Amino acid sequence: MFPKGTKRKFSDSGEEPVSSGDQSPPAASSAVARTLSSSYSLQRQSLLDMSLIKLQLCHMLVEPNLCRSVLIANTVRQIQEEMTQDGTWQIMTQALAAAQCPADRLVATEVLCRQTDAAAQAGQSPKPFSVVGLEEGYHSEEVVMEGDVETEVTMSTLSPVSPQLSSASYLAGPFGMGPCWEEEEEDGECEEDEEEDSEECVSEGEEGDRDHLSEDSRTGEQVFGTFEIKHPAPPPDPALEELFSDVDPSYYDLDTVLTGMQAAPKMGPYDLLESLSSHGPTTLSSSSSCRSDLNELDHIMEIIVGS
Amino acid sequence: NLSDKTIKLWKISERDKRPEGYNLKEDDGRFKDPNNITSLRVPVLIPMDLMVEASPRRVFANAHTYHINSISVNSDNETYLSADDLRINLWHLEITDRSFNIVDIKPANMEELTEVITAAEFHPHQCNTFVYSSSKGTIRLCDMRVSALCDKHSKLFEEPEDPSNRSFFSEIISSISDVKFSHNGRYMMTRDYLSVKIWDLNMESRPVETYQVHEYLRSKLCSLYENDCIFDKFECCWNGNDSVVMTGSYNNFFRMFDRGQRRDVTLEASRENSKPMQVLKPRKVCAGGKRKKDEISVDSLDFNKKILHTAWHPQDNIIAVATTNNLYIFQDKVN
Repeated sequence: MFPKGTKRKFSDSGEEPVSSGDQSPPAASSAVARTLSSSYSLQRQSLLDMSLIKLQLCHMLVEPNLCRSVLIANTVRQIQEEMTQDGTWQIMTQALAAAQCPADRLVATEVLCRQTDAAAQAGQSPKPFSVVGLEEGYHSEEVVMEGDVETEVTMSTLSPVSPQLSSASYLAGPFGMGPCWEEEEEDGECEEDEEEDSEECVSEGEEGDRDHLSEDSRTGEQVFGTFEIKHPAPPPDPALEELFSDVDPSYYDLDTVLTGMQAAPKMGPYDLLESLSSHGPTTLSSSSSCRSDLNELDHIMEIIVGS
Repeated sequence: NLSDKTIKLWKISERDKRPEGYNLKEDDGRFKDPNNITSLRVPVLIPMDLMVEASPRRVFANAHTYHINSISVNSDNETYLSADDLRINLWHLEITDRSFNIVDIKPANMEELTEVITAAEFHPHQCNTFVYSSSKGTIRLCDMRVSALCDKHSKLFEEPEDPSNRSFFSEIISSISDVKFSHNGRYMMTRDYLSVKIWDLNMESRPVETYQVHEYLRSKLCSLYENDCIFDKFECCWNGNDSVVMTGSYNNFFRMFDRGQRRDVTLEASRENSKPMQVLKPRKVCAGGKRKKDEISVDSLDFNKKILHTAWHPQDNIIAVATTNNLYIFQDKVN
């Protein structure tokens, strides 16, 4: 439980981990880092996570409560607007974009070879929404990369076990969501105590071996995924159709409200749901280091890929 | 009676007598053999234990696609309105298969939906006037004489936000869960998550009175959001002469605010803590600091015990208070 409600205050940035001097990112991002370092931004992030989960759960009710959904969606929008003003939003979307764009992916060579599934390449296109995905809700993973790159990047996400996130009660463990998971590593190394072979990745189309993912939730398996919870316009998932076949058609409207049927150009709260992935927003302590590391990793990727 | 999307009109009746002495039937209902009947008698009504019966009299066609949140009978006693999240319909009590849509706030693109209707009520005397409240804390007063579809309000009541209390939960706690006209028709009361507000119908800019129901919850909003309590919809009600207002809270507490004497009291509806005919003892919640004897600390409040529904007799000082499983009736202490 949180000690107090989230207020619009920026707390003292004494815990800021990086100094602005030796970073290539512009000064703006260190201001952002200061913001991100605050417990306020942590609380805000947790609130965002919580809200997105609630929205998803709303969607799964037989008789959704429209008022509640609207209020939660408005809350998400508010957070998003504030994060946009902070610049935090840009960092997050950049991280998402980086992960979704194959060229920038931090992938081991052998895993690169496995990216044969067209769906994976599709990146941001809507994917069929499976019933299992529905039940599983929303996955959070912590991704740790290290290897030849000296720096250790912790792309923490909405992981329930991230020590910095104080309230994990609502994230009842890992949920899988959506069918596509890829494992990515930097130079084949991954930091770990994980059991799985780092090569063992969930192939496209698998719901996610839940067991595999459960073990991952702690640390580990660097799994980036693009998963979405959108209903595809065509072709509809037959399982879903059946679920909703006897529902008043107006509930399809509700679905639109809750899941953002088609990708809108701007990132609304519903779009955020779609672009949520295991590599959500970075933790406060590593945000700016993460960003610079992305640049470095990009560089290394170029070497690996030979572009 | 609102069952999500169907409206039913019930007749409630009390029966405390029953007929006895039929000529053709035994008392247990078996038919007598007519050949054995030798005399006639008039059946008599004899007293019996009071029985309350509810029988459905009208079922109003399903005209709502979303959950109905309000029904309000008009002062003309012929029509009534029903409101769901996006629409308000007008009905005639005798006509069950047709209704007129008088408010529709559904956007063309549902993705643009940011506000829903939360409550609606007819004015107690002016049968052309009704109000409806929204999830953004606004109240709109509409006049049905202006146009058939009351899309444009005659008045919009909204209080400007207090910037010092701004948080991500501001909108949610401003959502109005109930709106009730005063009996004299000059004021209306709204209930949002933390407070009760009295509005003068002639002043749209802000309420004339605000009463804090459980301000100590303001620092707990994040937890209440997490456990969904922040979405609880509390009702409110006026007493017969509009001098006192009442609303429910958590831990089976309910609150009364005396407008004239500027007093308020917190009472508890619980079988464990009071016996029938016993005068209720006022309660106090300790918001912080040292807890005095008999005070209850905020952290020991039971948020599963919520009083959402309260009602006040229109003339007498008798109130009805509903907890999760029980209905309590309280009345003024009889001297």
